[in-house]
Amino acid sequence: MALLEIHDLEVKFALRSGPVTALRDISFSLDRGQRLGIVGESGAGKSVAAFSILNLISRPGYISKGKILFDGNDLAQLNPSQLRNVRGNRISMIFQDPMMTLNPVLTVGAQMVESLQAHTRISRQEARKIALEKLRLVHIPSPEKRLDQYPHELSGGMKQRIIIAIALLLNPDIIIADEPTTALDVTIQAEIMDLLLELCEDRNLGLILITHDLGVVSQVTERTIVMYAGRIIEMGPTKEIINDAQHPYTQGLINALPQQGIPGRRLNQIPGSMPPLQQLPNGCAFHPRCAYAKAACKEQIPAFTQSGGCQVACHMVAELVNQAGKSPALENSPSTGQDS
Amino acid sequence: MTTQSSPHEPLLNTADSRWQQFLDSHFWHSFKRDKVAIVSFSIFFLFILASLSAPLLAPMDPYDMTQFDLMDSELPPVWQEEGDSRFLFGTDAQGRDMWSTILYGTRLSLIIGVCAVMLQAFLGIVIGLSAGYFGGRVDSFLMRLADIQLSFSTLMVAIIFLAIFQAAFGAELYQDLAMVMLVLVIGIAEWPQYARTVRASVLAERKKEYVDAARVIGLGPIRIMFRHILPNTLSPVLVISTVQIANAIISEASLSFLGLGMPPSQPSLGSLIASGFEFIFSGAWWITIIPGIALILLVLVINLLGDWLRDVLNPKLYKG
Repeated sequence: MALLEIHDLEVKFALRSGPVTALRDISFSLDRGQRLGIVGESGAGKSVAAFSILNLISRPGYISKGKILFDGNDLAQLNPSQLRNVRGNRISMIFQDPMMTLNPVLTVGAQMVESLQAHTRISRQEARKIALEKLRLVHIPSPEKRLDQYPHELSGGMKQRIIIAIALLLNPDIIIADEPTTALDVTIQAEIMDLLLELCEDRNLGLILITHDLGVVSQVTERTIVMYAGRIIEMGPTKEIINDAQHPYTQGLINALPQQGIPGRRLNQIPGSMPPLQQLPNGCAFHPRCAYAKAACKEQIPAFTQSGGCQVACHMVAELVNQAGKSPALENSPSTGQDS
Repeated sequence: MTTQSSPHEPLLNTADSRWQQFLDSHFWHSFKRDKVAIVSFSIFFLFILASLSAPLLAPMDPYDMTQFDLMDSELPPVWQEEGDSRFLFGTDAQGRDMWSTILYGTRLSLIIGVCAVMLQAFLGIVIGLSAGYFGGRVDSFLMRLADIQLSFSTLMVAIIFLAIFQAAFGAELYQDLAMVMLVLVIGIAEWPQYARTVRASVLAERKKEYVDAARVIGLGPIRIMFRHILPNTLSPVLVISTVQIANAIISEASLSFLGLGMPPSQPSLGSLIASGFEFIFSGAWWITIIPGIALILLVLVINLLGDWLRDVLNPKLYKG
């Protein structure tokens, strides 16, 4: 049994107009040392998935079905104090915007000491020692000085390093990183991703990386989940998904990368936009935007089919694979897979 | 130039660096540029100094009846023809030195004002934080409670409460407990101001990611509320505190004026004004007017300081 197993997770939001399902049928597992990417458009439910793993969905959202088994315990059933024991201690999380994640009125050291003392009985001095050690681990220059600085005195990249250091404080088993580099510029992005990768490998951490950047996913993760409108539509080894996407949506995402465009021509895009969760179409949620949609797609929600190493939720997979072993959507992009 | 003040040297003396930080702050710079703030602060500071050192400055103890002489009663201030050099601001109907009495009265008014505001702030912050953080039914319940409290005016609550207390326990006990009772009544009657302000800021802060981050770390709600959210909501609290101190001093003065506040044996500014009121038409205007001016000045400078503080702490109002 894997360390973290999620079975049939369903999350609903109770709105005035009635409950809206934000996530459904989410199942996956993760062990120590594994790196999993979750990709999808804005609003696909990536962040909701991340928050629900820690059972942190706040009103009006709630987990309506499913299990989140961590080390054999169902996080959806634990009481608040048991949950606090898992949060930060066994599973920690890194957020999108480092400018917002640190409390502006507390020094870095105070915030680090506090999270240590929330979980273990140690003195301030010892806590500071551990904090220093973790700051060194994330390659922060002159860490002694940083402990007494306030967040506004630090740069964005530095703050994100500190947030990673805070996430590492209690030697967690799993780190959930929710778009950790979105708010940073490209050079810093690369540094932060390298750091995360290095830490995961050295310390045998499980990593769930949530992003909309397929480039980042292909560099860092071993397995990838593609989400659309609150559902998993494709899941499998990252290499296969990037090089040989099966689901028309995933193909569209990969085609939309600027590297796939032909210079001088408009970039490829998937027509239309994701439907609001209140008005999901019947059948496959992607069918109104899908070039291959058939009658069955409009009526039935597709089940997962195994295709190569991947699991794909699409009625058309078998047909598409049969078409000369190559999907038409990729015809104008011969270099697929060689980008990194 | 000593090397210690160079920014590259480690600052050995933290007290010095704190002071340096304060001198470099926006707070100090805007204070230096604002003449109204400087004048208000100086006057306010003088009031505080005078009330703290009242026993040293006052030529007589206004609480000690044995020191009064009825022969000295209703003497006008020194600058008037019949003035007596012993009594700077004249004397009241009992021959009590007005200058000493005003010093002690200011002290009482300030103590009551500050203590009442501390009580208000304590109640208001706890209630406002809980309402804002927990939301939902807790929020609705606490805020309706605040609405109900606000629908009674402070003075009405205070008058009813103090009148009942006097009737039930007698004026003797009341005289001993007057200060505590005033603090309690004014403190309890005005907490909704704080609760509303704090709640509004908490609602804005609660949505920020650092609160999520604190929850992810596994901190409990009390710790998140008081250590993470509260410090971020303190600047509006600071601003209303100044206004509330002025209000509390006025409330206390009004109650004392109505005979429900401090007893004449231990007069605050309000009860001094009241005690002189019956002599104002017989020519002894100073018993009312001089403490009146002191009260107006005190409340005015506190309000002006509050206005200035509001401008400084609100980044949207930076004046070029």
